[in-house]
Amino acid sequence: MEQSLAEKFYYFMKLGRVFELRAKEEYMKGNIGGFLHLAIGEEAVHVGATIAFDKGDIFVHYRDHVYALAKGIDPKYLMAELFGKKTGISKGKGGSMHFYEPSLNFYGGNAIVGAHIPHSVGMAYARKFKGENTGVLVAFGDGATNAGNFYESLNLASLWKLPVLFLCENNYYAIGTRIDRASAITDIYLKAKPYMLSKQIDGMDIFEVYKAVKEAKEYIQEESKPYFIEAITYRYEPHSMSDTGNYRSVRELEIAKSKDPIEKLKKSGLLSENYINYIDNLVEKEIEEAVEFAKNSPEPEEIELYTDVFCEVCKNVLP
Amino acid sequence: MFYREALNLAIDEMMEIDESVVILGEDVGFYGGNYKVTEGLYAKYGEKRVIDTPIAENSIVGIAIGMALGGLRPIAEIMTANFAMLAMDQIVNNMAKLRYMSGGKIVLPMVVRMPQGVVKQLASQHSQSLESLFAGIPGLRVFTASDCITAYHGLKTAIKLDDPVVFLEHTLLYFEKFDLPKDSFYNPFKARVLKEGKDLTIFSYLKMVHDVLKVVDKIESTLNVSVEVIDVGPLNPLDLETLTNSVKKTKRFVIVEENPKHGGFGAQIVSSILEECFYNLDAPPLRIAGEDVPIPYNRKLELLSIPTPEKIYLKIVEWGKQNGL
Ligand SMILES: Cc1ncc(C[n+]2csc(CCOP(=O)(O)OP(=O)(O)O)c2C)c(N)n1
Repeated sequence: MEQSLAEKFYYFMKLGRVFELRAKEEYMKGNIGGFLHLAIGEEAVHVGATIAFDKGDIFVHYRDHVYALAKGIDPKYLMAELFGKKTGISKGKGGSMHFYEPSLNFYGGNAIVGAHIPHSVGMAYARKFKGENTGVLVAFGDGATNAGNFYESLNLASLWKLPVLFLCENNYYAIGTRIDRASAITDIYLKAKPYMLSKQIDGMDIFEVYKAVKEAKEYIQEESKPYFIEAITYRYEPHSMSDTGNYRSVRELEIAKSKDPIEKLKKSGLLSENYINYIDNLVEKEIEEAVEFAKNSPEPEEIELYTDVFCEVCKNVLP
Repeated sequence: MFYREALNLAIDEMMEIDESVVILGEDVGFYGGNYKVTEGLYAKYGEKRVIDTPIAENSIVGIAIGMALGGLRPIAEIMTANFAMLAMDQIVNNMAKLRYMSGGKIVLPMVVRMPQGVVKQLASQHSQSLESLFAGIPGLRVFTASDCITAYHGLKTAIKLDDPVVFLEHTLLYFEKFDLPKDSFYNPFKARVLKEGKDLTIFSYLKMVHDVLKVVDKIESTLNVSVEVIDVGPLNPLDLETLTNSVKKTKRFVIVEENPKHGGFGAQIVSSILEECFYNLDAPPLRIAGEDVPIPYNRKLELLSIPTPEKIYLKIVEWGKQNGL
């Protein structure tokens, strides 16, 4: 069990890492435009939580690539979206920050800090209403916990007894502002304590993330109550491709990288060298194929400019 | 029946036939709604479907979005449009755009209802018309309800529709009475010709429709003309066809709008019509609009800041005379 889990973790973390490194490269070449927020370093949180949350609904912020991959979306469609192509997961109309796949219970991707937090509460309400107690996970950064949406949502999830798992990725920075320069409370889980069970975990250890999220999921489903997890993590890359990242010291980055979740898993002894090599090759190939797919995919047709604004007005809505 | 009753009836009927219709907002449940639009629904459908929320406008709309994602058909009531400013992120950046940004994967069958308009001595934070803010957002349908027919049928359609709709009501209409012929055909996607005429068209919407209707006879007899009156109805998408057909016939048009003139929605109507039928016109268009000021508290000043039947009459007569009528 531990071993097959470890294998799954390794595959998705590696897939996420290689996907993002490749996206960075393609960005530099000008094949990808706009904003590109990489989650390199944070894979343990993104992968561990997504896998532990299994079939539940997931809402995430703009740093959404690795979550989407771990949810099982084919990297081809995600890469094509970054390239703005017709075959992209959002037909090339969303880009990096707007990956959605409702059929896999994946609801984004949101570029407004904290905006998706109330969406998760509404979704949990709807699920509970229909007697589907699958649980909803919402992930956001430490920066989002200073916004009104966050408190409004904690309050209502708690008041209405909704099965929402709030997952804060505390990577210490909101763009270039360090947490202690923007938040009076720096142990974020304390902000949720008055509303619900709340704890802090090591977000660089995928087993710890997986276990905490799994337990939390069982709790929210059984009790129909919200739960809060603060995962301490770190992003190696700047906030986005347009950020120089000069607000962090080389030393700070080195320390963070010494806790790399992928390296840590490799050293756990749970994976054979053969398996690691096999996955490394497989992932390289998959991402290469995804890039080829994206490159060779057509641009959206011009008519696509006008589609997906409104639904076709059906006659049956008229009186 | 009262306008507020027509809205109530629309919600009630939709909740009756469709389990997934829910309504949420401040004071909508136990209290029955600040303007009594949701009166009786809490007792009938229970707190699971008639949901009281705290004063958290952005989350009210955000939660409604999540509910729509989860298969419900939420109606979010924002107490008044003034407070919708706190929900503009959810309305503009989320509600209007999720469908497009997801390449059509996300569908949001939801309505955000709110009253707006200049009320009586509530001062500028509680008295304003903000339709041009909503109507300028692609991806949002914007309906206006000027009487019981538009309130009842329009709201029912908005609830049934798979698109996000901002449904604008006017605070001063809630306690007005209008007929509701239940079998009358009404298409909420179209403008309504309320009165046919040959010599000039007056466009308006929401409460201004009634201020126009109050003086239309007097305008006709003073100028010796026949006037067409049109309720513009939906503001986005606009029913330009009905609007331009009328102007091609009458060759003159006036817009009566309560919002401030600068950036007001009438500017959009004028430009849309001019692009289509500039050469059909016998006179420059006239806009009778609110003044470009925050709405004052003092009643005298307040009435000076918006169109009134008296002003509508005088301005149209003056304009008519200058333009050969
Ligand atoms: C409402 C809003 N304000 C500002 C921004 C610009 N912005 C984008 S990401 C970001 C920092 C957010 O930091 P955090 O929540 O800690 O998430 P992280 O990027 O660290 O994962 C800011 C300020 C935004 N997208 N939305």
